[in-house]
Amino acid sequence: MGMISKIINWSRLKSPWVLHFNTGACNACDIEIIAALTPSYDLERFGVVLKATPRHADVLLCSGPVTKQIESRLVRIYEQMPEPKFVVAIGSCACSGGVFNGCYNVAGGINSVIPVSAYIPGCPASPKAIIDGVVKLLRSLETKERKSGGKK
Amino acid sequence: MHKYGDVIVPIGPQHPALKEPESFLITLRGEKITASSVRLGYNHRGIEKACEERTYTQGVYLIERVCGICSHSHSTAFVQAVEEIAGVEIPARAKYIRTLIAELERIHSHLLWLGVAGHEIGFDTLLMYTWRDREVVMDLLAKLTGNRVNYGINTIGGVRRDVSVKQKEEVLKAIDTLEKQTKYYIDLATKETTLLKRLQGVGVLSHEDAISLGAVGPTGRASGIARDTRKDDPYAAYGELDFKVISVDNCDVYGRTLVRLGELIESFSLVRQVIAKIPDGPITVRVPRKIPAGEVLSRYEAPRGEDVHYVRSNGTEKPDRVKVRAPTLANVQSVSKMLEDRYLADMPIVIAAIDPCFSCTDRLIALRDTQTKKSNTVIWETIRLKGIEWYKQQGVDFTALNKKLSKKLHL
Repeated sequence: MGMISKIINWSRLKSPWVLHFNTGACNACDIEIIAALTPSYDLERFGVVLKATPRHADVLLCSGPVTKQIESRLVRIYEQMPEPKFVVAIGSCACSGGVFNGCYNVAGGINSVIPVSAYIPGCPASPKAIIDGVVKLLRSLETKERKSGGKK
Repeated sequence: MHKYGDVIVPIGPQHPALKEPESFLITLRGEKITASSVRLGYNHRGIEKACEERTYTQGVYLIERVCGICSHSHSTAFVQAVEEIAGVEIPARAKYIRTLIAELERIHSHLLWLGVAGHEIGFDTLLMYTWRDREVVMDLLAKLTGNRVNYGINTIGGVRRDVSVKQKEEVLKAIDTLEKQTKYYIDLATKETTLLKRLQGVGVLSHEDAISLGAVGPTGRASGIARDTRKDDPYAAYGELDFKVISVDNCDVYGRTLVRLGELIESFSLVRQVIAKIPDGPITVRVPRKIPAGEVLSRYEAPRGEDVHYVRSNGTEKPDRVKVRAPTLANVQSVSKMLEDRYLADMPIVIAAIDPCFSCTDRLIALRDTQTKKSNTVIWETIRLKGIEWYKQQGVDFTALNKKLSKKLHL
């Protein structure tokens, strides 16, 4: 592994850029994601920065059950993200469909459409849970990297 | 004549300025917006239909998840409707607790809006400040109800949690802190040049347009429509409390900011009154599982405007029909009016100024002719005439009153 890719990996772990996408949520989880980024919880101290476009993002934060309208858009956004990419399902609805499971316009949880790396349950997932989930995801990547000797 | 033709820019469903999936088609001539249209439906989950498959008690928790910002508004409007059909009078203490949570929710929602508005005009410091203060009220809601959002405090026949003496003290303390901060924001909004330059004269919605487009809540009140369901049709404990309806004639985004900040101050006073006046007694009454047949339209002043729920029961333990008309649906038509002839750069703040909540809005109505099986569109005038006809059949005739009113308003 070259020096440059080592630096890229290190910076990815130290400063993951996230994209938030609402796939049909009731807004509660979305607001909690923003709350996690603001002063009292301050997710930014882990280097997490909210980005505006999928092309800049390492981690996709999804909230809400996937409605049939948004399904193709979610796949498109996922495909636009550069490799390696991770998806975090935030809230009970994103994990499994939650209370909306079985509704005629709901396809189910995020994992019924795209692969998911981490699940954060809760209705809504509290900012503390979101921080815990994101940090756990980063830790797991760190150990994976160490085990493979810095190789992907 | 213009050298170049119009350009149509699609915005959304994923866009940095929009926190929710909705799509706008903006027609541009140079930098100016000539037309715009909104495409809703990305958030449609089918809650109304799901309500029909659940019992009333289960429905309360589902309806609460129509929107995660004004969840108490939706659940209160729904339980009020069910209680009215069942003919149940809830205890006074429960009414006061509902009012307390409703006002705390309004405080959190308006502070949230102020932060989002700051973010949309590129003033992120304001976002960080207001959201820091918002956590005070979020902690309070978590202590009172057990959850930060989707409180689950309402149940059919009252509320599920009581407020202790210690909690009352905590509420008063937190309200003092918030009032101090809000006064600082009012000072900021009225004096800070950055805010004034960016908000004044942007997203103008004239008084006449606001009436004809049916604007509700702070959007309407900023255009001089002094309408507030809490005052006009008091529910819960609002009939016994003293407050002002804030309305201004600025008609722009700045006016909407002033209305929301003014309402924050009114909400603090309402919370103090509730704490002082709250009577002792039980917090719930028993309501039978089966609700008698009937239909009710329930109104509620959500932070964004008037929220209307229609519930029809058929004598079983499940509702026959539930219809939700969220305030954003009433306001979203006014956005294209506000955007007309404005610059593209103003689009985020103009859309944010109505405090849109598209998860509330995405309810679907498809009308089909039973004979031809074709869907058809019903225009506003037809619905209005049908309403007048229906009331005439019930023995209510407003024709004489309408004539009088139109003379008074010089229409």
